[in-house]
Amino acid sequence: MRTAAAPAALGDPVTQLRIVIVLTLLVTWELLARSGLLYRDVVPSLLAIGGAMYKLLSSPDYYYHLGVTASEIGTGLAIGGITGLVVGIVLGVNRFLSRTYESFLYYLGPTPKIIFFPIMIMWFGVGPGSKIAMGTLSCFFPIALSAAAGMRQIDKVLIRVGRSFRANSWQMATKIYLPAMRHPTINGVRLGLGVAIIGTLLAETKLSNRGVGFLIIQAYSLFDMPRMYAMLIVLFVLAIGANALVGRLGGLDSLKRA
Amino acid sequence: MTAAAMARGRFVPFALGLGTLAAFFVAVEVLIRLNAINRYIVPMPSQIALAFERVILEEDIVARFWLTFKEAMMAGLMIAVVGISIGVLFYRFGLLRRACETWVAAMASAPTVLMYPLFLVIFGRSMWTIIMMGFVAGLPPVILKTIEGFAGTRRVLLNVGRSFKLTPVQQFVKILFPAALPTIFVGVRLGLIFTLINIVGVEFLINFGGLGQLINDLAERYDLPGTYAAICFVILVSVCFFVFTERVEKWLRPVD
Repeated sequence: MRTAAAPAALGDPVTQLRIVIVLTLLVTWELLARSGLLYRDVVPSLLAIGGAMYKLLSSPDYYYHLGVTASEIGTGLAIGGITGLVVGIVLGVNRFLSRTYESFLYYLGPTPKIIFFPIMIMWFGVGPGSKIAMGTLSCFFPIALSAAAGMRQIDKVLIRVGRSFRANSWQMATKIYLPAMRHPTINGVRLGLGVAIIGTLLAETKLSNRGVGFLIIQAYSLFDMPRMYAMLIVLFVLAIGANALVGRLGGLDSLKRA
Repeated sequence: MTAAAMARGRFVPFALGLGTLAAFFVAVEVLIRLNAINRYIVPMPSQIALAFERVILEEDIVARFWLTFKEAMMAGLMIAVVGISIGVLFYRFGLLRRACETWVAAMASAPTVLMYPLFLVIFGRSMWTIIMMGFVAGLPPVILKTIEGFAGTRRVLLNVGRSFKLTPVQQFVKILFPAALPTIFVGVRLGLIFTLINIVGVEFLINFGGLGQLINDLAERYDLPGTYAAICFVILVSVCFFVFTERVEKWLRPVD
């Protein structure tokens, strides 16, 4: 099956065009690197970037820093996600509370969160605490707003069924609300994950002695451009992959297909 | 429901929201005065309020605001021109769209702001690093929404254009573009929000430019009330910007 599918995929004009675009970009890059038109190392050769990526991925030190960053993002997402979910459910259930407080979330959501970093340093210190706080703060808003919107979209019949079975608040939340608002919530978590990654990593580039953000800014300080490119590529792949994984685990793909 | 009842229904939650905020500030003030909260970590709200005047007068906030505004507008203009052009190109060439749309969507979810050290090397510690970071962050939503806007044009409108024997250029100028404009503006608005977030963020990170640099400067001087006041100012600016673009979007949106 697989052998038959591969040539079919290669015969697809979309795949062919993608291959042409990627090859054109790579060749242009390599020519630019060798032309000497730009400062040496600003556009390093593909070979240098490949070498740096190999070194990076085979270094245990990198995985230690990746682990630090992942744990900070994970903790931030867990705290911000749970808080955001609870706040979102409360605002979604109660119309009065929503009209009173939701506008604060709505308008604070698009502000640049990194400006709160000096405050987070003062509150939680220069260690991982301030980075976790940045991740928490970043992901709280999209998750809370998505959860509130998701709550309001729940079919009233489902809520009435829950009430007619005399379900208590916990049962209503776990048996009715959360399953019914799964898709908007997962969308919120996807958005939250993206901004938590950005918030945490930016905080690491600003003030830290560990984590991937620290490694990126260290490569900048040492002017080790191939290493910086390698780290950015790996980071982008991981971030996009994590985003897609959350969507798949939440069943968003099946929803789109339906 | 009468108009008075509706107005009351809107006023009470609004007043309660502001009241809660005021009560929160009063509670923080009291807790700091009672030494329950360390005043060297959280300044008193009254000190922050007083610091506003100092920050506005001594830190030349108007010039800083103007610089950030200029950077945001330049990046905004670039995302509008480049983003809409690429969107039109993708709409016109379906194969190109099918090949690249998922890449653009992936770019939207990638943490592109982390490229700022790379941009520092390419453009130097200058305004252009900040503008280009804003541009890269704001581009994907404009492209995606432009495609969505054109693709969502109602068939009946296109048929009307054809029945009048409009040329492709006339069809684009008189039908496609006006029909897609509200959706395109949603993309431009999203792009501008991402742009502003990134511009202030990068200003803060590289300690260069307008409002972002001000926060960094004040924090490095350990001027706590000033730092909090500057953060409040940036929040106020971004909220005003958000409300303004939201109003324009509502104005552009067709009535269903």
